[in-house]
Amino acid sequence: MIKVHLKIKRFNPEKDKKPWWGEYDVEVEPTDRVLDALHEVKWNIDGTLALRRSCAHGVCGSDAMRINGRNRLACHRLIRDEIQNGQITIEPLLGLRVIKDLIVDMEPFFAHYRSIMPYLVNDTDPGPRERLQSPEDRARFDDTTKCILCAACTTSCPSFWARGEYVGPAAIVQAHRFIFDSRDQGAAERLEVLGDSNGVWRCRTVFNCTEACPRGIEVTKAIGEVKQAIASGKVR
Amino acid sequence: MAQYHQFDAIVVGAGGAGLMAALYASRSVNTAVISKLYPTRSHTGAAQGGISAALGNLEPDKWEWHAYDTVKGSDFLADQDAVDILCREAIDAVIDLEHMGLPFDRTPDGKISQRRFGGHTNNETKKPVMRACHAADRTGHMILQTLYQQCIKNNVKFFDEFQVIDVLVENNVCNGVVAVCLATGETHVFQAKATMIATGGFGKMWRISSNAHSLTGDLPAALLRRGLPLQDMEFYQFHPTGIYKMGILLSEAARGEGAVFINNKGERFMERYAPTMKDLASRDVCSRSIYQEVRAGNGIDGKDYVYLEFRPEVVNRYFQADGNPRRVDAAYMEKRLPDIIDFVRVYMGIDPITQPVPIQPTAHYAMGGIPTDLDTRVLADEKGTIVEGLYAAGEVACVSVHGANRLGTNSLVDLVVYGKRGGIRMAEYAKQASLRPVKQDAHKMGEAVLSAIRDNPGRERPSSLRRDLQTLMDQDVGVFRTGAGLEDAIDRIKALQERYKDIHIDDKGLQFNTDLMEAWELGCLLDLAEVTAFSALSRTESRGAHYREDFPNRDDQNFLKHSVVWKNGGLRVAYKPVRLGRYAPTERKY
Repeated sequence: MIKVHLKIKRFNPEKDKKPWWGEYDVEVEPTDRVLDALHEVKWNIDGTLALRRSCAHGVCGSDAMRINGRNRLACHRLIRDEIQNGQITIEPLLGLRVIKDLIVDMEPFFAHYRSIMPYLVNDTDPGPRERLQSPEDRARFDDTTKCILCAACTTSCPSFWARGEYVGPAAIVQAHRFIFDSRDQGAAERLEVLGDSNGVWRCRTVFNCTEACPRGIEVTKAIGEVKQAIASGKVR
Repeated sequence: MAQYHQFDAIVVGAGGAGLMAALYASRSVNTAVISKLYPTRSHTGAAQGGISAALGNLEPDKWEWHAYDTVKGSDFLADQDAVDILCREAIDAVIDLEHMGLPFDRTPDGKISQRRFGGHTNNETKKPVMRACHAADRTGHMILQTLYQQCIKNNVKFFDEFQVIDVLVENNVCNGVVAVCLATGETHVFQAKATMIATGGFGKMWRISSNAHSLTGDLPAALLRRGLPLQDMEFYQFHPTGIYKMGILLSEAARGEGAVFINNKGERFMERYAPTMKDLASRDVCSRSIYQEVRAGNGIDGKDYVYLEFRPEVVNRYFQADGNPRRVDAAYMEKRLPDIIDFVRVYMGIDPITQPVPIQPTAHYAMGGIPTDLDTRVLADEKGTIVEGLYAAGEVACVSVHGANRLGTNSLVDLVVYGKRGGIRMAEYAKQASLRPVKQDAHKMGEAVLSAIRDNPGRERPSSLRRDLQTLMDQDVGVFRTGAGLEDAIDRIKALQERYKDIHIDDKGLQFNTDLMEAWELGCLLDLAEVTAFSALSRTESRGAHYREDFPNRDDQNFLKHSVVWKNGGLRVAYKPVRLGRYAPTERKY
């Protein structure tokens, strides 16, 4: 067991006029997750600490937050990898309204997601069996199917911080997943949405999104491919 | 003051079963989904390896073989008419998912790719068959995403982050649910003609568990309090390959691709326990074998774990020994099992391509749950009395297709087949039924329970009670059970229930009071744990995942039957017969 000093940005809308730093000392294993340390606080020191979490192994996307200044899933980072001089600093995601402690308002994020038609568009009769797709065509969009909608990418993007109307990296990743799916026929409409003033051209290729993605998706590359599709009018 | 809503159909839970039901119900009636999480956080998304259907894309297969494997896997406790529906309709359900856009991996000729999985066989050769349709090792993620996408396309109404705290059932009629909006703390009453429960499992009663923190059995516990029973609760699956100490699941897909179990002597010990299927024997058999090795002193370093080996050179060595011409390399494993390889690297700090992986069995899946008929209608007793307007599907339900032990991939099959079936049936019902009145004070019972927790000035912290519960369940209601251990477990659970009356929480507020919700969830876990231990004590035989050391044999004469347990007014058990079909019970060997 090792001692960790956690510095957590707190805000309770029912009590606080402005955010404050809560400081807590906990004992955890170096191989514990940052989420385990947050649970130590919540379960044994201060039950009012509010955070979202569910799967606890990096697949549900609930617990994205700023850990030592970088967007991470608290259940996907170990103490030994985050501890700096005995301390870990934890804040809510930037760019979305803080509701309570580490919980932010996800509605604007999901509204952007819904705006890019995040579903297969194909009205032709598929027949009684599966549509065929070659392994190469399937591989074309594999990377962007990994997205878990945790918002780590979008809320790491300076363009999104500056302008919340920007659809943001996650919505573009989701659009990419369909635009480059050989079975989909909705690319033109999606590219129109993404080509407008709040679309892909807001991306300044800062690469924060790629660095933030807990699923290892090459987000900036995907955005680049969408830009290219808009510029060339071609998706494949 | 509570807010009131009216719908033809409501679905509680937004995993695979709930979204499938909502999708189909919403095609013809006004439908809403209520979920304590954002839908994409549901634990369906954690399912890895695949969804079985006898498509026969890579080698001959038949749905009847799938059905036999499922019945055999269940140790003959599954109801065979329910299994026939599952395996026959699985084929269309998987095709349906593909048409919705699910990005399955593909065969060279562009069809849905399939792989081997535990317990799934060619019935003629008895060898493993390629039946599990997959999208890398994130098949559940893809199912969840695809169904959520379709719900958005079809404008399904969602109430995200609403915690249901009570089901309005009286005299075997259901009129809706009571929920708390987590963001505001306000109570909402949802009045509905048809209500479906699809809230998944309750694996957080154990410490070593693959389950999400949210899987606390809230709705089954609410039904127990309303005087309804649960079925087959003694049958809980411990998956053989959890990451040591953490319980995070490493899919059976690893063994489908050739991984093997190895003990401290370097032996592939499954050859002794399951000479034909070996490491792809069913999960109950593998989990017991691992602990038998541990008891024999063959655990690694004498501890309570063994290795899962998926180093390519080890896998290939055993392929060769088995006369299997297949060979794998590192690139292939990375492509087929990217997520679980990442789990091992992140959480254990070791590389499974070059090092063996310490694993131990982990609490994984409830075969038991809310009893239903073939149309997902909830049953009030062992005689088959229907609760009007109430439905259940997915892990929370017990129809029963999994019997005493579920086969890998069949959870996802269950979700889509019975979720769809339930959605269609509840819409049919809602179209001809009328809304029944809900009492003015309908929300009071649920609210009273929450206020009692919030206002309790007690001394106990919920977290320490939860830890004690999980520890005792690991010890006495796990892979191996005895009558004495189970009696002791029930006593200790009852003692925890007494201590629970003396809890206190720190957060007295309204908005996102997760302190309050966790404490309430703990109350649900305690009730379900008591019913689980009592059901296990009542079944004095061993079958599937339920292994009694004091009764090590299956006893078809006395126990080829489902248990049905009530909790209101004291624990009570009744039994109902298994519906047999083509397959007579025989000794189960792999």
